[in-house]
Amino acid sequence: MRRFTVVFCMALACSLPAVAHGEARAFACEPEWAALLEELGGNQVAVYQATSPKQDPHRVEARPSLIARMRRADLVVCSGSDLEIGWLPVLLQAAGNREVQPGQPGYFMASDYVRRLDVPDRVDRAMGDVHPYGNPHVHLDPRNLAIIATALSKRLAEIDRENADFYVARNATFQERWSASIERWEREATGLKGLRLVTYHRDAIYLANWLGMDLAATIEAKPGIPPSSRHLAKLLSQLEAEPADVIVRMAYNEPKAPAWLGEKTGIPVVELPYTVGGTKQAKDLFGLFDDTIDRLKSAVSRS
Amino acid sequence: MNRTYLAIAIALTLSFSVTARAQDQTEEIEELRQRVQELEDRLDQQPTTAEPGLPTTAAQPTTTSGAPAPTSNKFNPAVSLILNAKYRYFELDPNTYTVGGFIPPGGHGHGGEEEGGHGGGFGPGDRGFSLDETELAFSANVDPYWYGFVQAGVLDGGIDIEEAYIQNSGYVPGLLVKAGRFFSGMGYINEQHPHAWDFVDAPLVQLAMNGINYGDDGFQLRYVAPTPLFLEFGLEAGRGANFPGSERNENGPNAWVGFVHLGGDVGFSNSYQIGASYRDTTADEREYDDEDSLGNEVENLFSDLKSKTYGVDFVWKWAPNGDPSMRNFKFQAEYYRRKEDGQLEYDFEGEGAGPLDGPYSSEQDGWYAQGVWQFMPRWRVGVRYDRLDSGTLNYGPISDGTISREDLQQLREHKPERASIMVDFSTSEFARFRLQYSQDKARFDETDQQVIFQYVVSLGAHGAHRF
Repeated sequence: MRRFTVVFCMALACSLPAVAHGEARAFACEPEWAALLEELGGNQVAVYQATSPKQDPHRVEARPSLIARMRRADLVVCSGSDLEIGWLPVLLQAAGNREVQPGQPGYFMASDYVRRLDVPDRVDRAMGDVHPYGNPHVHLDPRNLAIIATALSKRLAEIDRENADFYVARNATFQERWSASIERWEREATGLKGLRLVTYHRDAIYLANWLGMDLAATIEAKPGIPPSSRHLAKLLSQLEAEPADVIVRMAYNEPKAPAWLGEKTGIPVVELPYTVGGTKQAKDLFGLFDDTIDRLKSAVSRS
Repeated sequence: MNRTYLAIAIALTLSFSVTARAQDQTEEIEELRQRVQELEDRLDQQPTTAEPGLPTTAAQPTTTSGAPAPTSNKFNPAVSLILNAKYRYFELDPNTYTVGGFIPPGGHGHGGEEEGGHGGGFGPGDRGFSLDETELAFSANVDPYWYGFVQAGVLDGGIDIEEAYIQNSGYVPGLLVKAGRFFSGMGYINEQHPHAWDFVDAPLVQLAMNGINYGDDGFQLRYVAPTPLFLEFGLEAGRGANFPGSERNENGPNAWVGFVHLGGDVGFSNSYQIGASYRDTTADEREYDDEDSLGNEVENLFSDLKSKTYGVDFVWKWAPNGDPSMRNFKFQAEYYRRKEDGQLEYDFEGEGAGPLDGPYSSEQDGWYAQGVWQFMPRWRVGVRYDRLDSGTLNYGPISDGTISREDLQQLREHKPERASIMVDFSTSEFARFRLQYSQDKARFDETDQQVIFQYVVSLGAHGAHRF
C-alpha cells in the first residue's frame, strides 16, 4: 500500500509539469542572478530583473510592479540570507503565487548553497543591521557562483522538466568556461594578494576572501549606518596610522564619502561594478570579474 | 537523489522481508519501517545547504566564525516590538477637541477620552509626555498553507488586538485569503499601522471616515491579476461592529468592503499606485453626546443608518534609479465621500419634551494630500494638508422647523482643515525621531497650534512594509 502510494504520488508529480507551456518565467532579485539565469536558461527562460545595478539591494521598495511580476513567476532567484528582508517577504505575501513560496521548488536563495562569511556570534543591532545568516553578498566569489550555478540548473530542470537536459547541458558548458576563467582570473590577480581595501559596506568580503585581499575598514560606521563626519574623521586617522592600498566604491554606493576620503588620504579610489551592469564593461558575469580585476590592478599600478 | 536510493532500498528490503519466515514477517517489516522512518527523518533534517560551499572556507579564517548561525529563531515566530513615545504641546485643551461637522467615531463630541479604537483614542492625545501604545507583533507560517499574524497594541490597563489573522497566499493562483481580524484594504493609509505613518497622527479624513484604522472581524479575498501592471481586486465581509457600523447581533456580515488597486512604474525612478474603494455598512445603535443651540445636553441615537463610503487614493514615489537610500520623494492623497441614510432619535434628556425622531441623511467628504522628501540619508521633511466638508444634512425635525441645525451642535456646517509640517531623522532603519507642527482648524471656531515630538523604534524582526 505504502509503495503504491509512493509510486502513485511520483506518477502524479511527473504528470504535472510545473511549467505548463512556453518558457519558464524567472524573477531575479539582483542583476547577478538575472545574468546567471541567462547563462543557464538561454532562450528557455524569460528573466525579469527586479533591481538595477545602481540600487542597494537591501533597500528596495516593494513596488506594485514587482508584485505583478512575482505573481506570474515560476521561479524566484535571490541572494537570501536576509539581503532582501525588507521587500521580498512583502512581495511573496502580496503576490498570491504559491509556486514561489519558501519551501517550494520555485523559491531559490543562492546563498543557501555556499558557506557564508561574517556569521555573527551574536546578533545585536548595536552592531548595526547585522543578520544572523552572515554576509549575503556571496556572488563576488566566482567559486561560489560555480556551486550556485549547478544548484540553479538542477532547480531549473525540476521546474521545467521538459527542458531538463537543456539546462544540464547549458550548465556543463558554463562550468567549463567558468573554471577556465577562474584560473585565468586567479593568475591575473596574483599581484592583488595582501591588498588592503577600504569599502563602503562589507559587500566585498567574498571577493577579498577569494583573492587573498584584506578588508581594512568600512566607510559606513556600521552595517546600514551611513558615515557621520565623526566616523570619517576617525577613519582618516586610522588610515594615516595604517594606510590602505585602495578605496573601493561599488556602483551603487554614493560617491561623496569615498571621494572625500581618497582626497584626504591620497589613496586611489576605484569604482567596481559590484554586479552585472555596474560598469559598462561588466556586461555579463565574465565581464563582471574581468572588469573588477582590471580596475583593481590599474588602481594598484597607479599608486 | 538520496530519495531515489531510499525508495529502492525500501523496495529491496521489503521484498527480502517477504521471503522471511511468516511469524517474523510482520515484526521485521515493522522494524524496517521504523529504520526507514529514522533515515527519512534524518534526511529531512539535513539543511538545504547540503552541498558544501568549500571555496569560501579555503582562505582567511579571520572573519569566519565557523559557529552555526545563532539565535535566529528559525522555527519560531518573528517577533517585533514597536516602541513609540511622544511629547505634545497643544495651545488648546485637547479635551475640547472635535472634528467639527462630523459624527465622532468614538461616540463623544469632545475628544481626549481614550475611547476604544486603534491607536488609543480619537482625540489628538494628551498634553505633555506620554507613551500611548506599544505595538507587539508576532508572525510565522502556520503550516505550508497558512501564515499567521498578530499585532497587539499594549496600553495602560489593557491590550487591544489590532490585527490577528491567518492568510493563505496563492492556493488558487493569485488569490489571497485572509480570515480573522484585520485592517481593511480600503484606501491607502488605512492598512498601515501608526508606526508606519509619515506624520504623527492620521489624516483628518481618515479619522472622520474610518476611525483611525478601519478594521473588522471577518474575511478578505484579494485577487492579483496575472497582468504586467499590478492589478488587484479585494472583497471583505465582516462583523461591521466598528465605526461607521455598529454591533448588530446578527448572523450575517454587517459590513462589505470592495477595493481595487492598480500600480506600476514609470521608468526606473518612478512608481505609482491608484486605488478605489467602497464600503457598505449599517449602524443600528450609533450613539453620541451633543449639545443643542442653548448648550443643553442631547443624546443622539441613530438606527438603521445605512452608511456608504466611497474612496479614491493615489501614491507616487520617486527615487533616483529606484534607490531610495540617498534621496526619495513620496506623494500620497486620498479622498473619501460618505453617504448616510437612516433614522435619528434626538433626545433632550429630561427636558420635558419627548425625544424627536425622524429620517436622517447626510453626505460628507474630505481629502488630504501629503508629500515627504528625503533630501539626504536619514533626513526627511514633509508637508500635509487636510480638508473636510460637513456637506449636506437632512433631518425631519429640522425640515419641519421643530429644531434648527444649530440644535445639532456637532453637525453644524463646518469645513475643518489642518496644515502640518514635519521633519524626521532616522538613526538607522530601526529608529526614527520626528518633530511635527500643525495648525489645526478642526474645531468650529478656534485654531489650535500643535507641536509634537515623537520617536518610533522597532525591536526584533526586521520590518518590511508594503508600497
